[in-house]
Order: sequence, then C-alpha cells, then structure tokens
Amino acid sequence: MGLIQTAFSKKNRALLSELVKTDFKLRYQGSMVGYLWSLLRPLFMFMILYVVFTTVFPLGKGIPHYPVYLFTGMVIWNFFTEMTQQGLGSIVARGDLIRKIKIPRWMIVFSTSIGALINLGLNLIVLGVFMAADNIVPMSSIVWVPLILLEVYMFGLGVSYFLAAAFVKFRDLQFIWELFVQAGFYLTPILYPLTQIKNELYQKLIFMNPLAQAIQDARYSIVSHHESTITIHRVFEGGWYSLIPIGISIAVFVLGLLYFRAKAPEFAENL
Amino acid sequence: MKEVAIQVSHVSKLFKLPTNKQHTLKGRLVSLGRSGKQKFIIQEALKDVDFEIYKGEFFGIVGKNGGGKSTLLKMIAGIYKPTRGTITVNGTLTPFIELGVGFNPELTGRENVYLNCALLGFNRKQTAKMYDQIVHFAELEKFMDQKLKNYSSGMQVRLAFSIAIRAKTDILILDEVLAVGDAAFQKKCLEVFRDLKRAGRTIVLVTHDMVNVERFCDRALVLNKGNQLFTGSPREAAKIYASLNVDTKEKQEAAPASDSKKVRSGTNQVTVVSAQLSDGKNKTNIFDMGGRIELHLALERHLNYKELPVQIGLSIRNEDGLSVLGPNNKEAAKTHKADKINYAIENVSLKPGKYTITIVVYDADGIDRLDYLEEWVEFTVRSDEEVVGLYKPQDKWEVVES
Repeated sequence: MGLIQTAFSKKNRALLSELVKTDFKLRYQGSMVGYLWSLLRPLFMFMILYVVFTTVFPLGKGIPHYPVYLFTGMVIWNFFTEMTQQGLGSIVARGDLIRKIKIPRWMIVFSTSIGALINLGLNLIVLGVFMAADNIVPMSSIVWVPLILLEVYMFGLGVSYFLAAAFVKFRDLQFIWELFVQAGFYLTPILYPLTQIKNELYQKLIFMNPLAQAIQDARYSIVSHHESTITIHRVFEGGWYSLIPIGISIAVFVLGLLYFRAKAPEFAENL
Repeated sequence: MKEVAIQVSHVSKLFKLPTNKQHTLKGRLVSLGRSGKQKFIIQEALKDVDFEIYKGEFFGIVGKNGGGKSTLLKMIAGIYKPTRGTITVNGTLTPFIELGVGFNPELTGRENVYLNCALLGFNRKQTAKMYDQIVHFAELEKFMDQKLKNYSSGMQVRLAFSIAIRAKTDILILDEVLAVGDAAFQKKCLEVFRDLKRAGRTIVLVTHDMVNVERFCDRALVLNKGNQLFTGSPREAAKIYASLNVDTKEKQEAAPASDSKKVRSGTNQVTVVSAQLSDGKNKTNIFDMGGRIELHLALERHLNYKELPVQIGLSIRNEDGLSVLGPNNKEAAKTHKADKINYAIENVSLKPGKYTITIVVYDADGIDRLDYLEEWVEFTVRSDEEVVGLYKPQDKWEVVES
C-alpha cells in the first residue's frame, strides 16, 4: 500500500498528467481534426472490415449484431496493440529525459498506457452508440466488462514494460513486435467467429491467448449469448483450465514489471 | 560539526564499451557465433573519488572535458549507479543536471514551462503561481505562445534557467550554466547565485570558469581523467586547474573571439580587419597581473577614404559589463594614412578576471562611428594575489609614529 502511495504521490501524479498531455499534443501535432483521428482510424478500419466480411467473404453471416460483435473485438484488440506499440518505444523515445533527469522510469511507460486508456474510453462511447443503433438491450452480464478490460490492461501493461526495457538493447524488437501483432490479429477471433474452427483442440489453443478469451468474454457480456460468443468457460466445460489465460495475464504483468525494474538502472547508460 | 548534504565515499565508475556495439539481434547472433564473447573496452570514468559536501555549501566541481565531471554529477543525481562505493544524499535534489532537459521544440513556451515544472516536482497550481515570475525573469513575455523551436538558443536558455532556479529542493545542481547566454544574462545569473548563496542553499556548480569558482565557491574539487586531484580551497583548486591547462593554453589563438553573435555596426569607411592581443612577444589572451597587454589593430580603408584620419576608442569591461578603462587616441591627425594602430598597457593592474574590449573607430571629430565592434576581444587577467576593488594601484601604506 505504501509503495502505491509513493508511486502516485501528488508530485508524481502531476508529472504523469503532463507526460500524458504532452504525448497527446505531440501525436496530433499540426493535424486539422486532431484527437478525432483516434476515433476516425478505428471507425474507417471497422467500415472496411465490415463491408468485406459481410459482402465479399460473408463470415459474419448468422452472427447476431455482427457490427457490434466485430467492433467489440476491434476495440479490445486496438487497445492492446496501441498500448504495446506506444509502450515499446517509450523509453527509447524519451532517452533525453532518462539520460539527464532522475524521474521514475516506470512512469514513462505508464503514461503511454494512460493515453491508450483514454482512446479506449472514446472507443467505448462509440461502441455504446453502435449498441443503441443496433437495438441491443444491455444484459446483466455487462457488469463483467470492466473486469475483462482490467485483465487486458494488465496483460498489455506487462507486455509494454517488457518490450520497453528490452527495446533499449535490442532494436530489432520493434519490427519483430509488428509481425507478432499482425499474426496475432488473425490468430485471435476478431473477424471470424470461433465456431468456424471445428477442431476442438485448436479452439482450446486459441483460447490460451488472453486476448481471445477477453474478446469472447466481452462479446458474451455485451452482444449476445448466441453460440458465436462462445467463451472459454464453455469450451473447457468449466474446468480450472479456463483460468489459464487470466493466469497468463497476471504472470505477464508481474514478470514484465520485474524485468523492467531489473533493467531500469542501466537505461541511462545503454541509451 | 557540520551537517553533510552529499557524501561520496570511494566511488568508482566503470563503463563497458563494446568495441562494436551490437544493437540488433542479428548482430548479436552473428558475433555470438564468431567469437563466443563480445569484446569490451573497460573505461574507468571515475577512480575512487571520495569527498563530502556540507549543508549550505557552495561547492565547485572543475576539470577539463572528459575529466569525469558529468559522470560524477549523474551519479549524485541518481541517473547512473556507481560501480563501486556509495553516494548518500541528505535532502532533496534537483533532478536535472542540465538546463532545458525535457524541453520540447514542438510545444509552446507556456506548455514547456508546465512540463518542465512538472519534472521539477511542481503541480499545475504551483506552476501557475510562479508562471509570471518565470516569464518575467526570462524576459520572454511576448513569446510564450510561440513554439519553442522558434526561440533563439539564448531565449531557450533563459527560460530554462528561470525555471531551474525555482526548484525548492535542498540541493541545487548547476552544470555549465554560465557558458551560455549573453553578457547581460550571465550577469543576471551571477546575481541569482549571490542570492542563493546568501540564502544558504547547498549548491553544486560544475564549471570551467575559475573566476566564478573563486568568486562563489566555498570549496572545490578538481577532477582530471577520473582522478580526484584536489578538494579544498577554490584558490588552490584554480591553481591546480590552471596547471592542467598549461599545455593547451599555449595553443590558444589570440584571435578575436570567434562568436558570431557579437554586435558590429558602423558607416564602414574605415573598418577593423583584425584585432589581436599579445604580451609584447607572443599572441595570447591570458595575462598576468604586472605584465603587459598589447592590442594590435589592423585597419582597412575603403576606396574614397584612403586618407581619412580616425580616432580609436576602446572600452575595457569586466564581467559585470562595467567599463573599467576607456582609453582613446586623441591624436587623430597623425592617423590619416595608418593601417595599423597598437595600444599597450604596461604593468597590468586590473584585478584578476575576465574582460572584454569594445573597439570603436570614429572620424576625426569623434562623432561618426565608422566601425563599432562590441565586446570583440576577450582576455583574462590572472594572479595569485587577492585584489579587492576593480584594480590594484601602485600604492603603499605608511605608518608614522609621533
């Protein structure tokens, strides 16, 4: 408790908010619609995917509320990738600060995650609008959404801390991670329903990915209880295996932080 | 018993410098396959440095480039970890070691103030309170809503310094502040130092400038190639530092200081093409008290003014910008064809310090400025003697007993 209190002291909170603000200001530097891009980008992407996967390859056929179904997956996926990609470069990008000022290093990565959280918030508002437009009546299961997002956040933050620290020494990581993210987009059931995969073993393997589990859980909580929103709980028939992805998230979070903490004292010298 | 603010005990710092730094995974894999082990050069940036800084002390760290000053400072500030030894800091410390760290050229002056203050540990409310003072001190009232990239380097430094001195920390670290900014701003900085010293703050000043070390510091540390050469009186430190510079000093050109920012104006019928200092034998710009200073001016006369008599006026100013000497050659009549004019001071009695010479070429009546070179030449006077006041006259005391 004491640790968290010092970490989020008044001083640190002020610094954190300045770092987040600076990131935001700089990202949309000189663009006309500015912050709106963080909404427009996923919306355009959504429109493209929606058109392709309802008309050209009708994967979404038979899925109730496919637009919301698709968008839910995208919002969670984008949250994770934005956080990790921004986090990865954060320490190197702020090398100037790290070499010349003693500020808590963890805060730099953390500030990028706050930026991602803000975008998530905006996207959730859009999701709400989509739900209303598609006449989805919120089910009681919606209360699980914050917990699901917390899990994704922890997972993403752990990955970010690991990547940010490792990137100081291994500059290939940026490209490797890009490939990872691209592959991940297809390995995670974002476009297609998991029910398309008939092999039960593959289904179970896909569910080991915390993002797959989180996206399906979120769809189950928000969109419908139709078979297209099959959850890990159902696949493993309630066994303790269904807790594995959550365990992975927690482990990644803890290990990422520990790795970062071990490497942080050397950043100034290695940058 | 004096309270210790910073205790540096037997600190060494080694840097492992890879002979060919492998930043990519492939590079690592390839070099792994080749030799099995990466090759390093071990560089010892600091060797067994041991000293303490007391509370309320103005402490100087001096040394040539590459002497280990910055490494030491980074370790005191907690940015580097010592390889051996420990550093204990009692009290809060400015987290910066350099001015303007964290300044972002894409943000406005105002936004940068808030960001920089946050780095110093102030929240928005506290910053808002100090904001006007900061801007006023930096003399940038009209520019705060412009992006920092449109500021001159002098403006940036003024802003950075103005923020840095607001730090409410117990210990203030200042690195080479005085090397930047114009004479007027340097003067302002010195005033701030005086105030800080009076207020009893603990200050660590890292500098090349021995005059300031002697003027402000209570004690000083001399570092050379990572070795702690001396810790003690600033006077002694300055002497040791000067002895380090003997080799390099000889090579120093006595050319007009090559700073392009200097002001030059005039009607240009006759201009100064070179202004050089010597001690009568060799070019130099470092003089001993009691020695000789010669200023050699070469003039160029433009087409229709081959026979124009001129007056030369000099203004020798000290570091505070105060004119301490203002010699003037009144015999203009003899100069109508001259293309070289020399000026000499015998038996230099100016107190030790840094001086500048402003050169003005007037017409025979002393009205039109043909050429004006502000603070064009710089020189230093040194001496082991303590001089109070501006100069040391040929004087004596006489005690009479009745």
